[in-house]
Amino acid sequence: MAGAQDNGFLPLALRPEEGSAARPAFDARWQRLMDCVEGRMPDRMPVALYATFWLARYGGVSCKDLMYDYEKTKGLAERATLELDPDITSGGMVAANIYGRSLEVMDFKQLQWPGHGVGDNQPYQYLDREYMLGDEYDEFLFDPTGFYLRKYLPRIGGAFEGFAEMPCLPGMHYFRLVAGLRGFANPKVRQAFENLFKVAEEVDRMTGHNIDFSNRITALGYPRDVGGNTVSPYDFVADYFRGARGMMTDLFRKKDKLLALLDKARIFLTKLTIDNARAAGHPIVMIPIHWAPDAFMSEKQFKEFYWPTFRQMMVDMIDAGIIPMPLWEADCTKRLEIIADIPKNKAIYWFERTDLAKAHEVLGDTVCLRGNLSPSMLTTGTPDDVDAAVRHLVEKVFNKGGRLLLDAAFGLPDETPVENARAMFAAARKYAG
Amino acid sequence: MDDLNAEEKQLIEWLADMDEEQALARANKMLLEDGVNPIRVLDICRAAMDIVGKRFEDGEYFLPELVLAGEMLDTIGAVAKPLIKQGDGEAAAKLGKVLIGTVHGDLHDIGKNIVTFMLDINGFEVKDIGVDVPVETFIEEINAFQPDIVGLSGFLTLAFDSMKETIAAFGEAGIRSKFKVMIGGGQIDETVRAYTGADAFGVNAVEAVSLSKSWMGVAA
Repeated sequence: MAGAQDNGFLPLALRPEEGSAARPAFDARWQRLMDCVEGRMPDRMPVALYATFWLARYGGVSCKDLMYDYEKTKGLAERATLELDPDITSGGMVAANIYGRSLEVMDFKQLQWPGHGVGDNQPYQYLDREYMLGDEYDEFLFDPTGFYLRKYLPRIGGAFEGFAEMPCLPGMHYFRLVAGLRGFANPKVRQAFENLFKVAEEVDRMTGHNIDFSNRITALGYPRDVGGNTVSPYDFVADYFRGARGMMTDLFRKKDKLLALLDKARIFLTKLTIDNARAAGHPIVMIPIHWAPDAFMSEKQFKEFYWPTFRQMMVDMIDAGIIPMPLWEADCTKRLEIIADIPKNKAIYWFERTDLAKAHEVLGDTVCLRGNLSPSMLTTGTPDDVDAAVRHLVEKVFNKGGRLLLDAAFGLPDETPVENARAMFAAARKYAG
Repeated sequence: MDDLNAEEKQLIEWLADMDEEQALARANKMLLEDGVNPIRVLDICRAAMDIVGKRFEDGEYFLPELVLAGEMLDTIGAVAKPLIKQGDGEAAAKLGKVLIGTVHGDLHDIGKNIVTFMLDINGFEVKDIGVDVPVETFIEEINAFQPDIVGLSGFLTLAFDSMKETIAAFGEAGIRSKFKVMIGGGQIDETVRAYTGADAFGVNAVEAVSLSKSWMGVAA
């Protein structure tokens, strides 16, 4: 059947077996989404299920259970998919939750998670810190791998502290190389390597569960929304290296070095993203966008620091057969005209708080839209409120030719009453097929 | 300030234009070499911050400028404050007292810090009690600080319930009528305001300042 493969996109590796009962439903669901991506109106409006810790509420378990109990989390994600019957479901319901054991073995420092800084019934939260200091740009730019090994890994993982004493390889040669390897006999370095293997073993187990969930959900006839995710160069540096305060002052104090790092990061992020998408066998890659919102920087700053490297990254992804799916967080209304400059019918733009009717006006001919039922309405409103909100989006976007993948603003908020989630999916069918 | 000499006017301009290098050099020279009254230097900084705040309100400046302005102010303040002697004069009277914190369960503080800075440069006495603040701590701090306004911050959707509980606890403690409550954060809107029982919500630091000024009877 017509689909992603016909348009230069990466082929979807995982489908139910030909002739199986689930195959026709799976193909129809996937086609609905690909119609939206490729500029055709689908037979009905597709609706997506994405959630992380909402599954705790849904299943009556704790957030800690979701992070540590692989089987329980897979079971709940499968149950929610079968009950809500979306067109597109999310592997992230499992993949974004089950990190607990891996984080623990690594003694991960960038997150507080249930049992490690927050209570058993609270979601994990990222710690905004300076993980790269302002005077370390040159070091990172010169040798990213060396910086990761000796500086970054020891800062973000207690298990990796010994890597801080690892020898620096560039420059070693001939007998100096042989002699220089003595540094690897350092017990702290050796311990860090042993810890690394333990972390890798746990991550391997975790990944096996993600693959198992993908297989199960595919066999039931439900395509996953993405095969993986990545970040923009700006968010990569801001969130995971310099921290909010460091990044914002670097725009003035270290402009040239920052621009150089953004461009270098673009190159290795693009390569990593393409490699991962090929390995995952799925054309869609999610890209949460943190620092682009209208309130966070001026248009001039956005055009200088954010958009050029991110646009190039998306174009290179598209050339490699990937469908980028940035999730533009908060309100990005003022960015719409700028971010419209992207190859037509090759991307999905998910908006969190930007008015989708306005987004449709500006971007309707260019990208598929995803979103964006309000978190406050979903968590504090009634099923009738949800019904009205879905109807509003159908009338203002889908019925006006908008290629819309209906979802909440950032997936189902953790606190969404289950009856409101049910109302969302029922209303999608009621108003748009 | 209307009696500024050329050097002082230049300092204001450099601070307002984010020219950190020249601004800090000039401020240090005035404080450490020229013996300018440190209170006057801080007043000059405040005049510059008024311009920064105005440019933020006008949509010319955004968070990066506020953060850099705050750091410049902190750097100059760290030099100036130890030099203040008795008789140098008094700081201007405050418009009102605001107590601010991120509600329990939520560890985010970027927005709260920006609001704190904007309220401070707009003449409020602000006490920031941090993140993940338990209900009891809010009440203890309120009883000690006696604020006119309490600001509750939260980025996550779990903050909706934390804010509701916190505000309900103010009522149970019999202190709800003593101050106004404003809420803010990534997901906050009128629906959340109604749900939590706050008096108002703001989507950015400018709105927090406008609300606070209006409650204190000051023209915004």
